[in-house]
Amino acid sequence: MNMLLDLFLTYAKIGAMTFGGGYAMLPILKREIVERKKWVTEADIIDCYAIGQCTPGVIAVNAATLIGYQKKGVLGSLCATLGVITPPMLIIMSIATVLQAFSENVYVQHALAGMNVAICAVIALTVFNLMKKTWKDIPSVVIGLSVLGLTLAFGVPTVIVVVCAATVGIVMSTLKNRKKGGDN
Amino acid sequence: MPTLLACFWEFFKTGLFAVGGGLATIPFLQEMAEKHPDWFTKEELTNFIAISESTPGPIGINIATYAGYKIYGPLGSIVCTFSLVLPSFLIILLVAKALDKFKTNSIVQGAFGGIRPATTSLILAAVLSTFAEVLIDLGAINSVKTFFTSIDPMAVGLFAAILIAAAFLKKLHPIVFIATGAVAGIVFQM
Repeated sequence: MNMLLDLFLTYAKIGAMTFGGGYAMLPILKREIVERKKWVTEADIIDCYAIGQCTPGVIAVNAATLIGYQKKGVLGSLCATLGVITPPMLIIMSIATVLQAFSENVYVQHALAGMNVAICAVIALTVFNLMKKTWKDIPSVVIGLSVLGLTLAFGVPTVIVVVCAATVGIVMSTLKNRKKGGDN
Repeated sequence: MPTLLACFWEFFKTGLFAVGGGLATIPFLQEMAEKHPDWFTKEELTNFIAISESTPGPIGINIATYAGYKIYGPLGSIVCTFSLVLPSFLIILLVAKALDKFKTNSIVQGAFGGIRPATTSLILAAVLSTFAEVLIDLGAINSVKTFFTSIDPMAVGLFAAILIAAAFLKKLHPIVFIATGAVAGIVFQM
């Protein structure tokens, strides 16, 4: 299939299956573009989320734009972005007049309550796998736990947290390289 | 037409300045409600947010589409959603181009070495606060004693069941478990 069409359709499928924000999309994104299409690795997705969090806009859309670009340049990012926003737009536009009644319907509310719990469970697994992959040595665990504390306990803004983590990463890799240089 | 232009401008600004995902757009939309009371009120906005969670799609997109519909019908939906996405789309293109160029740079690689474990934590923090919302009745907690009674046993049970099922049935698509959750929600009247 044409790569651009494939990007659009795959992202349309992801957009239609996501309930909630960008994080709720993670398990579905992983299944569709890492496991099925093998377009990117899990680490690539993390990088996209890191960038998506620090740039303005909707995280899920930003991640789509980035991955689209990596696959097929500017046109690729256009197709992936349009793909992820088209189904939700069409759904809301077509039921906008009855949407309020729909969302207040008691069965819809029960279904949503159950779905939210299920989404928590599938995200929990995805995050557990991410922890195994990204908290792989002592420095990364230290960075991980400090960021967790800073965010949960002190509510430090995401952008600041990411900039600090990047700085620590740069300092550590520079020290490592220097040490390597010294050994030689 | 002037309304659509104003919509474009307001949602473009929101898309440009709201950093941190769809929910970060809410303060901007609240300002919009004050500035353009004929578009939507703050109460309606609260309603939009709740309603936007009941249909699929990223929250930010859903809110913009629904708010746009309320302002100017289907055309309003299209204008508001596209103008919300446009600034970040352009910014991400620049970032992606720069990344392509500097991907192999040791400083960029070092930075991502620090950012990756941090991003996992940011996701984990967001997930933990969602857990608290979904599994615990936060309003009912006022001491350590009431903490345990405020846990929703039905939600925790369903959570555990789906977690175990998803851990073992790795081949199944996540949407299967989400749909199962929806059915369980209706059956058990959660």
